[in-house]
Amino acid sequence: MIKINDYIPIVGESIIEDLRLLAQKLKGISVKHINSTSAGGGVAEILNRMTPLLKDLEVDVYWDVIRGDERFFEVTKKFHNALHGRPEKIEQADFDVFMENSRKNINEIDTGTNIVFVHDPQPIALINKKTDNKWIWRCHIDVSNPHGGVWKFLNDFIVRYDSIVFSAPIFSQPLPIKQFLISPSIDPLSDKNKELPQETIDSVLKKYNITPDKPIITQISRFDRLKDPLGVIEAYLEVRKYIDCQLILAGGTAADDPEGIQVLEEVKEKAQQDPDIHILLLPQNDIEVNALQRASTVIVQKSIREGFGLTVTEALWKAKPVVASHVGGIPFQIKHKYSGLLCHSVAGAAFALKQLLNSPEYAKKLGENGKEHIRNNFLITRHIRDYMLLFLSLYHTEDVVYF
Amino acid sequence: MMTLIKAKEPFRFYTRLHLTELTGLKASTLGQLSSLIKKVPGSCIYHHTHRFLQQHQYLSPEPPNDFAYWVTEALSEDELGEKLASIDTIQYSSIRSLRDKIADTIDEYLEHNRVAELKFSRLGEEFYFIKSKSFLLPTNYLVYDLREFVDVLKKVTLDSIYFHIFEARLRLEKGKNDFSNWIETSLGDTALANALSKLDPYTFTLEDLRKAVIRIIERRLSE
Repeated sequence: MIKINDYIPIVGESIIEDLRLLAQKLKGISVKHINSTSAGGGVAEILNRMTPLLKDLEVDVYWDVIRGDERFFEVTKKFHNALHGRPEKIEQADFDVFMENSRKNINEIDTGTNIVFVHDPQPIALINKKTDNKWIWRCHIDVSNPHGGVWKFLNDFIVRYDSIVFSAPIFSQPLPIKQFLISPSIDPLSDKNKELPQETIDSVLKKYNITPDKPIITQISRFDRLKDPLGVIEAYLEVRKYIDCQLILAGGTAADDPEGIQVLEEVKEKAQQDPDIHILLLPQNDIEVNALQRASTVIVQKSIREGFGLTVTEALWKAKPVVASHVGGIPFQIKHKYSGLLCHSVAGAAFALKQLLNSPEYAKKLGENGKEHIRNNFLITRHIRDYMLLFLSLYHTEDVVYF
Repeated sequence: MMTLIKAKEPFRFYTRLHLTELTGLKASTLGQLSSLIKKVPGSCIYHHTHRFLQQHQYLSPEPPNDFAYWVTEALSEDELGEKLASIDTIQYSSIRSLRDKIADTIDEYLEHNRVAELKFSRLGEEFYFIKSKSFLLPTNYLVYDLREFVDVLKKVTLDSIYFHIFEARLRLEKGKNDFSNWIETSLGDTALANALSKLDPYTFTLEDLRKAVIRIIERRLSE
């Protein structure tokens, strides 16, 4: 079991001391996180790691998961897509399924803690159970351009929470309640981010027949149009005219996603047997992703839309120079020309890649800046600190709080 | 070696932690930016002139503020970006006067560059106004003389250093930083207090600022 003190070599002892000071201020306050799944997905991943660390800090924290039948999760999937701006046909029957399932959870889940911290839309209706305790709703998704009536439906619940939390300023909405900005984070001690011995990196490259004899450009993403893998190939082909390099496109298997399979076919077609383009269908294997990122010369994230873009966070943490699109939470992580390069087009991505490959000292500086930026702002210790401050903010409304 | 003087009052190190609050306000033109700068709460101005410095403290020894960065990167108004980046923040002892200077700089630029008013940022690249909610907590570090002071200075967080140097003098409208204030009033060492007051903290990274303060105090201790 990882302990909070294990992070001292990474962030310094004084940062952990600050966490302990904050935890003392939360004595006597109980908190319960509620989401829709205990495994799989980013929210469960972060709660799995964060809850034991909060307990280690002696915060009285609990975690519960709502239950739902297949129909409920089909409806919430539609909600999810609509909130991301995808046209979805949502009917009254869908809202009825959502409410029917929510009523069961309201009856079954204990929400008697001082603070109830609800994550994402699935459990949002639990607010109907609010008494005189404090409730927070955490929106992990990009709701900058929601489609149809889903946001309106959710809004009736949202406004009854005490505070709401978004991951990037662009996601915020005009609301009559307090809105806070808390970015997601990565765990530097997880398999995906921990230091790896060179032998591990070499063995992963060998497994996929990649020879590190020329610069490696990598995009780690599922095969999805919103991640623009075809655009990445176009940018690579442009770079390739001037610089001998290779491209890795690595992402999860797309067996249950018909559109993903089609995108993958198009990617293969576009790659046209180029031996320097490595298309890797990775099973969920964090060590391999870590190794591929560490083996790369430059990392690309040429998304068309993005939530926060944690693959960018992971790459920066490994001190890699990054070229990424100016979308979602990415500009929050990359300040152009300081901690990476931002782009808006294939041509822009290609130009940035050429700059970085031709100027290794500049690339190194951006990577080092990027790593420090992540250390200061996007590690799990900062996330824990922000959550504790958020809990305290519910009891202190002033702009400057003195203890 | 100087004789250590025991302070009349000990110095308590504080830490200052921020929670970021969204206001829902955004600007896509210079006109909107200037108009909102004049209206938003002081904690917004503080956030965009100081939090940027803190979040990106390693980037550059003379870091720009958020306004300068946005004007340069989102609107490509390099000249105005340079003017905003070079505002001498240390001259302003209150958020109010700093706010006026920023707004005046933009307005004056617009007066002479009418066409700049017509520029819009791309969708999604607007300037989002954010404010800081601060939490001030006493740490367990309490010191009675200069030697203890410098030893603790080596290990406190950058947040703590930031609080005692920046927040104390600007947001809370104290004329000088907490370190100089304590050294003068409790240790009676005016020369050392003045030496620390003379540092322009906005032109250091926070880690370099820590080193500079330590260096000045250690030199005094070795006299």
